[in-house]
Amino acid sequence: MPVGTQGTIKGLTNNQLEEIGCQIILGNTYHLALRPGADLIDEFGGLHKFMNWKRALLTDSGGFQMVSLLHLADITEKGVTFQSPVDGKPMLLTPEESIQIQNKIGADIIMALDDVVKTTITGPRIEEAMYRTLRWMDRCIAAHQKPDTQNLFGIVQGGLDPVLRDICVRGLVERNLPGYAIGGLAGGEDKDSFWRVVAQCTAALPEDKPRYVMGVGYPLDIVVCSALGADMYDCVYPTRTARFGSALIPEGVLKLKNRAMANDERPIDPTCPCMVCKTYTRAYLHCLVTKDAMGSQLLSYHNLSYMMKLSRDLHTSIVEGRFPEFVRGFLRTQFPKGDVPEWVCNAMEVAGIDISSCCASFSPSH
Amino acid sequence: MLGLQEHILVAAASDSVESLPESEASNKLGASFETPSGRRLVKPSEYMQMITSMKPNLWASLADEVPAWVTEKRNRISVDRTLRWLDDCLAVDLEAGKNTLGAVVGGSNIDERKRCATEASLRNVAGFWIGGFGLGESMEERLALLNAVTDCLPEEKLRYVSRLSLPEEVLQGVAAGIDLFDSTYIYHLTLGGFALVFPLDIVERDNWDSRTDIEGADCTKINLRATIYRKDTSPIVDRCGCFTCQNHTRAYINHLLNVHEMLAQILLEIHNTHHYLGFFRLMREAIKGGKFELFRQRFIKRRRAFLTAEAPCSL
Repeated sequence: MPVGTQGTIKGLTNNQLEEIGCQIILGNTYHLALRPGADLIDEFGGLHKFMNWKRALLTDSGGFQMVSLLHLADITEKGVTFQSPVDGKPMLLTPEESIQIQNKIGADIIMALDDVVKTTITGPRIEEAMYRTLRWMDRCIAAHQKPDTQNLFGIVQGGLDPVLRDICVRGLVERNLPGYAIGGLAGGEDKDSFWRVVAQCTAALPEDKPRYVMGVGYPLDIVVCSALGADMYDCVYPTRTARFGSALIPEGVLKLKNRAMANDERPIDPTCPCMVCKTYTRAYLHCLVTKDAMGSQLLSYHNLSYMMKLSRDLHTSIVEGRFPEFVRGFLRTQFPKGDVPEWVCNAMEVAGIDISSCCASFSPSH
Repeated sequence: MLGLQEHILVAAASDSVESLPESEASNKLGASFETPSGRRLVKPSEYMQMITSMKPNLWASLADEVPAWVTEKRNRISVDRTLRWLDDCLAVDLEAGKNTLGAVVGGSNIDERKRCATEASLRNVAGFWIGGFGLGESMEERLALLNAVTDCLPEEKLRYVSRLSLPEEVLQGVAAGIDLFDSTYIYHLTLGGFALVFPLDIVERDNWDSRTDIEGADCTKINLRATIYRKDTSPIVDRCGCFTCQNHTRAYINHLLNVHEMLAQILLEIHNTHHYLGFFRLMREAIKGGKFELFRQRFIKRRRAFLTAEAPCSL
């Protein structure tokens, strides 16, 4: 799901998003509630109408932005208190209010307000946050005015502690929600801990409901998490890295700013069917990325096309019963020397996918 | 390289945004320009190398453009140099002038303008690029200068003038016999958050009344940053066929401008380009129907009408 923070994916029009096969985009409740405001969006009949986006939308609860953007955010049982960025007045975002705002914005999928804690923190705070997340879940459910048109997802917290994660998963599953997110990851924890949490959660979450790993991520992470049973992802990576002049290709990343690109007349990716790869050369993009906004716009288009194609191909391979082959092909292209990271190997073992043919001289005793 | 194979490309050495003529630094060897990568002196031979690589459909020869306030002597020199460089360019042109627009300068001096135009028309070129305008002369003196130039140019060859970007300036140019314009009008409008709204049905409307559609603002354009558009659910221009007006509202663009999103400029540029090209289409139709002068008078009168109309609050 591309991230359209303020009601737009940076520089792309709706028909371009439809062209590349984008089904659902993410909007940020915090930013949208500030500008243009939840009531204005409501007056317009919801964010779909305001943006004229005919496909699906997902909004997050606003909690994460508060905690990460506002230094003086304080979390109590009531909610998240913070200083209004507009006039400095103290404000409070409660679970009820988050849901109310999200009801007004009108996205197809809305997220419960959770007590987010960085995975790098240890101690009793994580336990407190996990239990509070469950209590807030009930308040969100109670406050939700449109359960027939908006799907309220719960978010599994619990840091890196398997016991806490287990309690949280069971608590959410009991509430029989339309979908579940795995939160609190993608914040600086090491990859080895990361995949284990994902694996634990996906194993315990119902098989017939979507699993959304929030804030993930890099193509490699998406492939691994999918192998472990996750379905949905959001990340600013494709569009953000485009603005720094980097293009996503099957082999990894292509840095268009490199001097070597100045004379390279090939498209970004000869195997990519997107408009950018059919029309422009690396040399031309090299000129643009350092000087003109159109450079980042074209790269965003390509990068999102790449991600959409990756998802589509991954999905098709599952449907056609050749997912392990897809994974092997992906890894071989990204790691031609066979230097697949250890955490990936461990994760694939748990996922039951044989990637030994992709790894060079990997000692199983590690 | 640009992926614009369906379009016609015209190359010229100067423009109003990224390649500004620096007449004080130009000398007998070449023309000087201020560019984003500093000041550059461009000689005819270097210029022709670039033209040969770019392969545009049409290209203007290298000119020594001077602003309106230079001395008579400097102005005369600019005409001498421009003509000499025209010959230098043609000498190495593989197409022998088939795609060339001979440059015509001459500043604010009618005689020099005539001299340059007459001399340029003796060369074997496809048309003419008329430069040196938009560099300090007033609109009033410009009309006489434009007419002096076009009177000396063959009627069947293309006339392209640079740096006349406002609608009134374009109308003046068309009245003097100009065929092609480049314009930074849209660029500047978009950067400022403006959208063109002037009506494109001036000739048909026989009973137009300047007061009936004053919105408390300029009839030509609206600034979508203004808070009055925060909840405006209408498109920029009713029944406009451009992508922006078919898909989005003024309120959405107002929001995009407020949160500094690139999509705002993209949507504005699409509409403004569409609208301005519509204006040019209307001019062509008016010319075909023999009504150009009527069109021009009405358009200018209408533009000035808002200055003399009563303010809405006092109606």
